[in-house]
Amino acid sequence: MFQPRAALSRRRLLAAAAALGLAPAPPALGEAPLRTRARIVIIGAGAAGLAAASRLAQRLDGAEITLIDRRREHLYQPGLTLVAAGLKDAGYVTSATRDHVASRVMLIEQAAAEIDPVGRSVTTEAGGRVSYDYLVVATGLQLDYAAIEGMDVARIGRDGLGSVYAGAEQAAATWRAMSDFADRGGTALFLRPATEMKCAGAPLKYAFLTDDVLRRRGTRGRAELVYNAHNRALFSVPIVAEKLRMLYADRGIRVNHDHVLRAIDPGRRIATFRTPQGDQELGYDFINVVPPMRAPAVVRNSPLAWRSGPFAADGWAEVDRFTLRHARFPEVFCVGDVAGVPKGKTAASVKWQVPVAVDHLVATIQGRESPARYNGYTSCPMITRIGRAMLVEFDYDDNLVPSFPGVIAPLEELWITWIIKEIGLKPTYLAMLRGRA
Amino acid sequence: MKDLEIWTLVAVFQEMLGWAVWPIAAFCVLAPLGLAIVLLHDRGIVAGRMLRAELLGLLGGVVAVTAMFAVTSSSPADLGGPIDWLLAIVIFAAGGIGTAIGGYVAMGLLAAPRAPAPAHIDVGRAGRAALGQGEATLP
Repeated sequence: MFQPRAALSRRRLLAAAAALGLAPAPPALGEAPLRTRARIVIIGAGAAGLAAASRLAQRLDGAEITLIDRRREHLYQPGLTLVAAGLKDAGYVTSATRDHVASRVMLIEQAAAEIDPVGRSVTTEAGGRVSYDYLVVATGLQLDYAAIEGMDVARIGRDGLGSVYAGAEQAAATWRAMSDFADRGGTALFLRPATEMKCAGAPLKYAFLTDDVLRRRGTRGRAELVYNAHNRALFSVPIVAEKLRMLYADRGIRVNHDHVLRAIDPGRRIATFRTPQGDQELGYDFINVVPPMRAPAVVRNSPLAWRSGPFAADGWAEVDRFTLRHARFPEVFCVGDVAGVPKGKTAASVKWQVPVAVDHLVATIQGRESPARYNGYTSCPMITRIGRAMLVEFDYDDNLVPSFPGVIAPLEELWITWIIKEIGLKPTYLAMLRGRA
Repeated sequence: MKDLEIWTLVAVFQEMLGWAVWPIAAFCVLAPLGLAIVLLHDRGIVAGRMLRAELLGLLGGVVAVTAMFAVTSSSPADLGGPIDWLLAIVIFAAGGIGTAIGGYVAMGLLAAPRAPAPAHIDVGRAGRAALGQGEATLP
């Protein structure tokens, strides 16, 4: 893909920022704030919502910016894998939401219950109605554990049941279960759902990490690792999928294709997968459950959801993939996990999406057109063992878009990529929340 | 855009290092400044002090690399491609040069209240004879 020379040089400057695939954002600093009395409501105080709030607060003077989210604890989700690998404790990924809310932004600590894009208002769970001129939907997504028959989130950490995504404590509990398994050996199952999902590399990484922990403890010979892909590929980007196929073969991780987890019996340690040949039961000693993911009900049941096509079933928001502007309600932007776009459910995507959406929103207030476009960029530091990772970056068209072409090879297991993941990613993420990266 | 990029990097390093970012930044500015002052004061490099500073620098380089491995739960066995070795060398060099400069300046400043360390040059027997004295100390 063609990239302007200036963009490449900027990327090279931003070494730490490369962890998130941070190309420079549309201008915000050094630009005089726009005076406006616009009422802007942001639903969701996750990575996308907080970053949007910070950037809007920087670029607008006099706007009434309201952030709606019940969660008082913010979760640094890219760190969950490190917690589940025993490298960080649960506190590494948690912080107070309020600590990240920009000044001049009002936080309503309630869940949004209903969105009325026709009447331009949001109703909170307590029945309060908040009107808006512009709406940014950043609700994140819903982990649908209930869709897996027999799944009990409360049992994560016991009976060989792990699930990295469920939260900080559950990630720590998953580490305990994985560690117990690594002491004894047996069969470990890894999988991903057939739905869209956040950070599709995470389940793959966790299989690599489990393999590494087993090898370090000298029990790899007593263990069988099986990755259950939901389709015929390990990854949506063909060139990455092929590299992963080779690495899994090298590590001795067996792959089942077209296997989707349907049910689990934690007591008997049996997982049932839906396959083209019918249901198949697989026994396990350890399993990392990744649940189906869908848009939260407040979006799924609203007029904002896709009505047809691949994103309709799970209710993802219908946005233009290049501007993140809603297809039918032009004063609505949807960013982060909830956006119904082909790729982009990662913090790296948020980093690229938010400045684009914010620029379009500000341009609309100004009565001008914004040239900013989101090209589907996302990034996955694919950990292949403790101490090494591959910096995989790609766009909507499955092109590799390395931040450091010729320097950091995207499909090479490198220590420098691990360093970026370990110490560069979180500071960049936090700077992003503050609208400074 | 350049200004923006620099401030972006500053923001990231602030988040990474917390309060320590400012002492480190101060060191990066003050250490070369201190080195210049000490060199001017001494009117040159004091060889013995430089040797001690270089030895300290070697230690500093090793500590920097070791600390990076420790902080990132990794080990030398994780070095993969050439860029990894380059990074390790850069970390070693940064730690080594920083420690050497810091050490040299510190030793220079500690020695500063006294008269500048004189350069002891043996002018040889012929020189002593020419000067008409047993020992020669040239400033």
